[in-house]
Amino acid sequence: MPTLETEVLVVGGGSTGAGVARDAAMRGFATILVERGDLATGTTGRFHGLLHSGGRYAVKDPVAARECVVENPILRRTAADCIEDTGGLFVSTRWDDPGFGDDFLRGCQATGIPVEEVPVAEVLRREPRLDQGITRAFAVPDANLDPWKLVSACTRSATEYGARILPYHRVLGLEVSDDKVVGARVHNEVAGDELEIRAELVINAAGAWAGQIANLAGCVVTVLPGKGIMIAMNHRLVNTVINRCKPPSDGDIIVPIRTVSVIGTTDVRVADPDELEVTPGEIDEMLDEGEKLVPGFREARALRVWAGARPLYTPDDVTDTRDVSRTHTVLDHAKRDGVEGFITITGGKTTTFRLMAEHAVDTACEKLGVNRRCRTHEEPLPGSEEERFYWLGARVRAQEPVPNSEEIICECELITRRQLTEAIARGRPAGLDDVRRRVRLAMGPCQGGFCIYRATGILHEFEHLDHQAANSALLDFLQERWKGVQPILHGDQLRQARLDDWIFQGLLAVEHLPE
Amino acid sequence: MTEFVRDSLDHCVKCTICESFCPYSQATPLFPGPKYVGPQAERFRRTGVSPDISVDYCSGCGICTQVCPQGVKIAEINSQARAQLWEERGIPLRNQLIARPSVLGRLGTPVAPLANWTLRNRVLRRIGERALGIHRDAALPRFAGRTFQRWARKHVSPAAERTVVYFHACGTNYYEPSVGQMTVEVLEHNGFHVVVPPQDCCGLPLQSNGNFPAARAYVRRLAANLAPYAREGCAIVSNSTSCGLMLKREAREILDVEDEDVAVVSEAMYDLCEFLFLLHERGELRTDFAPLELTVPYHAPCQQQGHGIGKPALDLFALVPGLQAIELDADCCGIAGTYGLKKEKYEISMTVGERLFSQLRESNGDVAACDSETCRWQIEHGAGIHAVHPIEVLHRAYGLGH
Repeated sequence: MPTLETEVLVVGGGSTGAGVARDAAMRGFATILVERGDLATGTTGRFHGLLHSGGRYAVKDPVAARECVVENPILRRTAADCIEDTGGLFVSTRWDDPGFGDDFLRGCQATGIPVEEVPVAEVLRREPRLDQGITRAFAVPDANLDPWKLVSACTRSATEYGARILPYHRVLGLEVSDDKVVGARVHNEVAGDELEIRAELVINAAGAWAGQIANLAGCVVTVLPGKGIMIAMNHRLVNTVINRCKPPSDGDIIVPIRTVSVIGTTDVRVADPDELEVTPGEIDEMLDEGEKLVPGFREARALRVWAGARPLYTPDDVTDTRDVSRTHTVLDHAKRDGVEGFITITGGKTTTFRLMAEHAVDTACEKLGVNRRCRTHEEPLPGSEEERFYWLGARVRAQEPVPNSEEIICECELITRRQLTEAIARGRPAGLDDVRRRVRLAMGPCQGGFCIYRATGILHEFEHLDHQAANSALLDFLQERWKGVQPILHGDQLRQARLDDWIFQGLLAVEHLPE
Repeated sequence: MTEFVRDSLDHCVKCTICESFCPYSQATPLFPGPKYVGPQAERFRRTGVSPDISVDYCSGCGICTQVCPQGVKIAEINSQARAQLWEERGIPLRNQLIARPSVLGRLGTPVAPLANWTLRNRVLRRIGERALGIHRDAALPRFAGRTFQRWARKHVSPAAERTVVYFHACGTNYYEPSVGQMTVEVLEHNGFHVVVPPQDCCGLPLQSNGNFPAARAYVRRLAANLAPYAREGCAIVSNSTSCGLMLKREAREILDVEDEDVAVVSEAMYDLCEFLFLLHERGELRTDFAPLELTVPYHAPCQQQGHGIGKPALDLFALVPGLQAIELDADCCGIAGTYGLKKEKYEISMTVGERLFSQLRESNGDVAACDSETCRWQIEHGAGIHAVHPIEVLHRAYGLGH
């Protein structure tokens, strides 16, 4: 079995793992990251994209709020290219207790969240779709954060500092010798072979899956996956992050991110983070709550629905996942379970991913007996050096002044042939779904109806695929898109689905492609 | 709940029918097409900085909205995006100038011979192109030297049982007062007392040049003048099909004007041929037409098609014995109000119009008919055939000629 040697092995390719790998590499550790699928496909790639101001935690979870207060400006500085500075509002609707506004204000002031009450008339001018019956509004520095860009920038930086990033490498087992984790046996999911990675320290950053990884070393870590569903609406119904000014509850936020607005979310304790069912009741609830913030929400076009699993670590028995603090925990299994060479970092949220990484690598330094300073709060991520926020219009602007000069493959998200082939080349072998995350392929209104066949052709040509591989790339991607569309099919999206169906079943007969 | 034109982008299924009908994207690579700049690019826009200048190459002809089977208000989305663009960048002097026909009319009318000479002087036009960006060859109308309003003030419309209000618009007032006279005479011939209230520009040219605040002020003022009649139950007719459409629909849909006067006027508004043919359908139109041995190729302008009323001019022509009307199927003449006057857009405009021009030339018609004044001027310029409003043909067939 081929063997790799490293100092630090990071398990998990979400924002936490990518952040840990970058931090460790920047502090001079030889680092390898393994992820069972593509990067940012677990919880990170399945959240609504909010860069927290801390406002959501101001009243109920001041520890988490304070972390956000510190991290928000750091990320604005170091990850500007992944952030669009939309600003955020907490609004009291006619369904919310107006008294909560005072608690909220006090909570923000106590935790240091920059907050300002804004006259309702001004808010309605800025966001004319909001329900005219809102009674109070507070501005906070919420923003949106593109998870795929973030993880991609972190891993790029990690690579520049010498780390190896291995997506599609599933951990089969941890090697434990004399109560010390000495490495891992991993399976290359693409090539099909196995690999041994020997490491001085294994950092378990598997998020909602951290309990499963800890188990492999005989440690019990209780991570309660808290399922949250989200629905992406076809366009920006609001241009500011809109929160309900009330205690955290289902469907209390709309995040405008890239070309869509995302409503979220729920919080349901589930047994398995890989089994996240979306029920019609949950969808209805989201749309109803959306209607309270933006009248007409139900008639607006819903693109797709998905669910993510929050990693909620709790040392005690807690039944309501909303009662678990959103802060994070570093577990040194030597102290906790008598297992050396093994750390788990869990809990937390994408907004504090950098801080989580810092704490995890601080512990790693301690354990490896070195003292190396963290620099991730100072050094901008690749692409963010100029500290310029992402701008929604960037892709349209890039096409000006003569947009037809280049072939556009994905019309909804404005992806050119060149951008697509670059995305394919960025990490190979890449499936269409990986390319989707890199450039937002097929994430717009037609959900791939017009670009999937084009993209398949380009992938086929670029990677010299045989017909079987090309056909299954097409079918897999269609299946993946359908999964998120099918539960919310109504109105405009249903009409789109019919047209897409005529294209793929009628014109292209995809069900009868040769095997 | 407020309705937003932008919301209609949700209906787009990417079928591309709009793109295959757009005459402008076919004529120039500078305009990427209605689907692209409309429902697609709109998802990338938010208040602040407009990402695209290419939306300015949309002429606003509105064919995309008409052909969209899903109900996407494509041209309207583009129009609003254009307004946002020019609000950020500041509207160029030229666009401010050509968007105010009533101001130009007031300036030009007293000095019509001089103004007309100036506008037809090659040297001065070349200077005008360089200084103002108005293409030297673009078709400009002639000042009549006397306004229609002046005629209307002196004219005594005979008392009749039914009253109709006439919105003549700027083209008639300053350049084609005879069309206004003919309209009044045809309406009176059909038993109407015709009222011509004082009126100014409807704001349409300002709207298409992206100056929404000024356009709103104009259309509000105009609607305030017309609204009392509408409230009394009078129909308002206009021979200017695009300005009529402004009152009927665009002020509310594109300019987002929420105004009671505009609302009541929009309900009372009829395109002239629409009004006459509705009369005929009720058996109330006089059909004492004398035979007219003429071949008349008819072009339904884009804005007329925006009314969604078919082609009533052709239905009326069919009532005239001997008249040979030819329905032309070319979409757009290319002028789109003021679009084709602009230096950078003139060539595009002429390319767009070429299909119509060649159809007109091949028709061997005696005279062309078209409901829109700017289109008539473009047709005369591009096809070299005299073009008249359909009312002129009917006026003649009624034997009302002077």
